[in-house]
Amino acid sequence: MITSFVFKALDRRAIWVIAVLVGLAVLVPLLNLALPAGHPLHVPNYAISLMGKYLNYALLALALDLVWGFCGILSLGHGAFFALGGYAMGMYLMRQIGSRGVYGDPVLPDFMVFLNWQELPWFWYGFDTFWFAAIMIVLVPGLLAFVFGWFAFRSRVTGVYLSIITQAMTYALLLAFFRNEMGFGGNNGLTDFKDILGFAIQADTTRAALFSASALALSAAFLICSGIVRSKFGKVLVAVRDAESRSRFFGYRVENVKLFVFVISAMMAGVAGALYVPQVGIINPGEFAPANSIEIVVWTAVGGRGTLVGPIVGAVLVNAGKSVFTAAFPEFWLFALGALFVAVTLFLPKGIVGALSGLRKWRPRRAAPVMADAAGEAAE
Amino acid sequence: MTKAAQGSLLYLDGVSVAFDGFKAINNLSLVLEPGEMRAIIGPNGAGKTTMMDIVTGKTRPDTGDVIFDGEIDLTHHDETDIAALGIGRKFQKPTVFESHTVEDNLELALDRRRGVFATLFYDQTEADREAIDRILETTRLTARRRELAANLSHGQKQWLEIGMLLAQNPKLLLVDEPVAGMTDAETEETARLLREIAQNHSVVVVEHDMGFVRELDVKVTVLAEGSVLAEGSLDHVSADQKVIENYLGR
Repeated sequence: MITSFVFKALDRRAIWVIAVLVGLAVLVPLLNLALPAGHPLHVPNYAISLMGKYLNYALLALALDLVWGFCGILSLGHGAFFALGGYAMGMYLMRQIGSRGVYGDPVLPDFMVFLNWQELPWFWYGFDTFWFAAIMIVLVPGLLAFVFGWFAFRSRVTGVYLSIITQAMTYALLLAFFRNEMGFGGNNGLTDFKDILGFAIQADTTRAALFSASALALSAAFLICSGIVRSKFGKVLVAVRDAESRSRFFGYRVENVKLFVFVISAMMAGVAGALYVPQVGIINPGEFAPANSIEIVVWTAVGGRGTLVGPIVGAVLVNAGKSVFTAAFPEFWLFALGALFVAVTLFLPKGIVGALSGLRKWRPRRAAPVMADAAGEAAE
Repeated sequence: MTKAAQGSLLYLDGVSVAFDGFKAINNLSLVLEPGEMRAIIGPNGAGKTTMMDIVTGKTRPDTGDVIFDGEIDLTHHDETDIAALGIGRKFQKPTVFESHTVEDNLELALDRRRGVFATLFYDQTEADREAIDRILETTRLTARRRELAANLSHGQKQWLEIGMLLAQNPKLLLVDEPVAGMTDAETEETARLLREIAQNHSVVVVEHDMGFVRELDVKVTVLAEGSVLAEGSLDHVSADQKVIENYLGR
């Protein structure tokens, strides 16, 4: 059962993508650590974290694409799941600081001492162990997605209405996490991390390992998504996307279908967030900002929604563009991003990857003449 | 449950539904025997499609009983449940899954377990493949099995949808205007398909095309303004004075 699922997941394209990602996971850290700084093939330290970040964004975009591209759920709140995964990791990293904080309290993180809190709030218990934090990284976003999806999909909230309430969800979390009383560091969030699993977080080797972990997490997620999409369930997803009520009349429980992918997607986003936080060194409520979630949609659209490679390409390209652009012409980046989104919507509705694969298997008999046929027959 | 419903496949009694004060269905009663094929005719706005919406769970009636298989109250179930109980529906406008191939459409419709995990770990068996091949043969779509459904002609989409209903294998099939927009040859072909289906399924066909209804040669129910005007053979109802006034004589 499981083996046939994996077997179906590994079609030729998936094997290529996974091979490239695993290759990166091995090669990039090697080029960074083994070669001397002056060597032409040496990967500089700053590039490791930067590329690791891109891979986390790629995982996030892949998660969004699973629900949007394949099931038609345009979530404008996926940043919330990313941020929750990030906070879970951040809490673990905070507790690893121990008495090395500014105030030297062995248990309480600095911001709690600053706020004159006497003891650790109950929801911080357990985060001193990595396995507990690792469970929370997928459980918390998954649970939120489950509760949110349970109500939204059961009430048949679809289309823009669903997009708006996902946006409202992430905005509500933004406001909540800004409050100091929430116990997540308020405005400043969680930062000043020292080590992860006993390794110094600033060390070159740790950074390289985090990059590898990001690449491996992305390839695992790619394998899962590929398996889902190529199974009969994947066909049901597309059926729900294209003709939701028709699939109900064929006996498919649309709300369960949506709930399942939404939860899986949220968990993947959580993992992306958890890997992102140690690489950037901070998590704060800004990650919940609605604009962040909209940016994920742009990456996915640019790369090509409804394809699995598309969101990865889109996230890496747009963010690499952002890095270059914001350094060269900082004030024009948002204009460029907006123009890119408009251009892709107008000229590449299937995104870069969609357009490329469209070129390759282009056939003369496409949608337009067929529709003319049908209309002609209807008129007869 | 109502005694009168026993032994029937579909039993509608005193069903009414109003949209913003307009009575789309008004005290409608109708009984369908197991294995029966029934044609429903009536002018535009007679409530034919609304009746189908009520039976398939899309619309909830304000009053009245809707009982399936002699004992199941359909007003307490939603579309998914009702489909699982064994009622299939074909829409007026052909509705197939356009970005899937013809054979994938049939695979999705095939009466196998529909749950998330059942579909996630589904493997097509030999029996499934044969069932799909058979339906492709019946609907004359074998040559186009790997084509996207979006690329089919209007008539072929209609047949694919009928084929999907065959795959779903319901006890009762509701078919809404199957020959609207079809050529004469296609209409004939569709009548052949429906008669074939009627051999081992109960079918309700809503249709405007009198020639087509005559070709089906089954009991006819005439609807007007949301209730039943007359019932019987086509010749019988077309001789009915009320029917002539309301519908045929216009």
